[in-house]
Amino acid sequence: MDDTTLERSGASATASAMSAATVPLVEMRNINVSFGGVHAVRDASIDLHRGEVVGLVGHNGAGKTTLMRALSGAHPADTGEILIEGRPVTIRNPRDAKQYGIETIYQNLALADNLDAPANVFLGRELTTLFGELDDSAMESETRKVMQRLNPNFTRFKQPVVSLSGGQRQSVAIARAVYFNAKILIMDEPTAALGPAETAQVHALIRQLKEEGIGIFLISHDIHDVFDLSDRISVMYQGRIVETVERGTVTTDDILTMIIAGRRPGELGPEELAAQ
Amino acid sequence: MTHLADAAKAPPTAEQSPLASLRRLVAATEIDLRLFGMLVALAVILLAFNVLSGGKFLRPVNMVTLAVQATTVAILATGMVLVIVSRNIDLSVGSLTGFVAMSYALLMTDWLPRVVGLGPDFPFRWAVALAIGIAIGAGFGALQGFIIAYGRVPSFVVTLGGLLSIRGAVWYLSNGAAVTGLDPTFQLLGGGPRGSIGGELTWLVGIAACLGLVFLLVNGRRQRRRFGFPVRPMWAEVLIAVVGCLIVLGLAAFANMNYLPPALASEYARQHGIPEPPGGLLIPMGLPYPIVILIGVTIVMTWIARRRRFGRYVYAYGGNPEAAELGGINTRWTIMKTFILMGILASLAAAVAVGRLNAATLDVGESYELYVIAAAVVGGTSFAGGIGTIPGAVLGAFVMQSLAYGLAFLGVNSPGQNVAAGIVLVLAVAFDSWNRRRGT
Repeated sequence: MDDTTLERSGASATASAMSAATVPLVEMRNINVSFGGVHAVRDASIDLHRGEVVGLVGHNGAGKTTLMRALSGAHPADTGEILIEGRPVTIRNPRDAKQYGIETIYQNLALADNLDAPANVFLGRELTTLFGELDDSAMESETRKVMQRLNPNFTRFKQPVVSLSGGQRQSVAIARAVYFNAKILIMDEPTAALGPAETAQVHALIRQLKEEGIGIFLISHDIHDVFDLSDRISVMYQGRIVETVERGTVTTDDILTMIIAGRRPGELGPEELAAQ
Repeated sequence: MTHLADAAKAPPTAEQSPLASLRRLVAATEIDLRLFGMLVALAVILLAFNVLSGGKFLRPVNMVTLAVQATTVAILATGMVLVIVSRNIDLSVGSLTGFVAMSYALLMTDWLPRVVGLGPDFPFRWAVALAIGIAIGAGFGALQGFIIAYGRVPSFVVTLGGLLSIRGAVWYLSNGAAVTGLDPTFQLLGGGPRGSIGGELTWLVGIAACLGLVFLLVNGRRQRRRFGFPVRPMWAEVLIAVVGCLIVLGLAAFANMNYLPPALASEYARQHGIPEPPGGLLIPMGLPYPIVILIGVTIVMTWIARRRRFGRYVYAYGGNPEAAELGGINTRWTIMKTFILMGILASLAAAVAVGRLNAATLDVGESYELYVIAAAVVGGTSFAGGIGTIPGAVLGAFVMQSLAYGLAFLGVNSPGQNVAAGIVLVLAVAFDSWNRRRGT
């Protein structure tokens, strides 16, 4: 176990050393998002490399989800730049994002409850026959294939997803994101609704996707999850990115300090500065 | 969890009653249970009125009249399903039907002959009028749909405005007068003794429907085989095919038991030099044109709802608007299209209504919005969005019309019919939601 961990961290160290020289998969620069009088994301910059997992942590309302929604097209940024593989792009809606190979697993899963699993997996990108008719059999077949890999116990391909369990619904949402050969995957609390066995399954999947060279943004409340899976961790506080750190250079306590106080470990907060 | 699943799979020991075996039989055929239940309810209503009327109700002539009366509402209900499924409502359908109806009448009596110079001798005047009417309906639908989808004004408000102002506009079209005297071909769209397709064509329609059903079954089975999915047991497929064909051909035979009125039959005999047998010539009328139109509309709308991307998007939006948006669906355009479709259907319903009356009055389509919504809801469409079927709504229209017609047949006046219709509407939806809660 220790050996493999060492190996993995060694591999990721070389990977990040290599990618430092190459162009990042995603670069978000000085992103600002406001809505309803709230400045939810302030001047945030973050990047992501091929085969890398970047964990995004912070309190509720720290701006993690909002920052990622700017990348997935769900709520476009007001100002700031997004570069995909070095090219500046404009993402105005989810269609734009998907074009650049950005797939998102939303926290609420964003499933149409009244439709079955294949219809949800292919929502907005249905397979059709030569005559433009929906090819439900082909979609079911493809869904069965991808599910074979994600969740072999999944058998209810014809039921509306409202009747599925939390884990099965999560599988459908993940299947939708991975089926279309995503280059960039955004996972917003992918294990929040899952039991231990299913959580382990998702973790294994994240490692596998990483091996395949996919870049993953992982939003999570669970510090241990993030520590387990991420190569780098970005901490957000009140809409700002406090710091992005390499895993292994900090402790969970350091991260917790940043989440709670919104400052780097050792750095003085406004109160302390005032006291001096 | 796994224990429960195992228990469910275990052979049921206590459930060997005939009811349970019937339930298994129905499950094997994978029939839509809700639709099946509605068919049973419709049959029960018809049989009950037949008993109450001493066996006079279930005659072909009554049934054909009932069906023709239900067509306008049924045609509109197929579109209302998609509107309600996508979490909207259209209160303007009745007024729009009235507006297009008046437009048809004016087109044929005034606008086309006077402005364009298409006199009664022009053979395709009815088609020109129909095309313009459909364009008018689609135009109003597009306008309302645009305001709802892109202007983000609630559909209840927009179409309530449409209900009032479009009905008012009907008055201005004709300066408050009723307009009569349509193109004779156009009149056929409304049915009546001449407006039926005749015995042979009715049989052809029945046989085509039967072949279509068999084709769908074979094709569906082949598709599932192609991908190695589980298929229905063969006996279930055959059962569906046989029962389906028997029903379709039985309906065709029933429609053909409706004969031309004696006066028209004698005229036909004279024209064709056929000697009239004693007791008069029996010429089957078959399906009236409005029913043929309704069958066509139901097939096309079902196809749109189930086999086209647009239909899938309508249901996806109804199930979860945010998911549809995040899935990259152009939800605004999808919503606008449902209203355009509704406008086109209002034009078809108007054609049937005008054809039947051979006139357009100021009140064509009045209160239709209520009957149409009732039909869709009785047919299993849910206001929560995402749930509803087109065949269900058509059946819903037939259930409501059977009730009204049956009560009228027994001599109940129209306020009495309304009392019954309202109660049945509420009971049907109450039963449906109870059934749904029990099911999940």
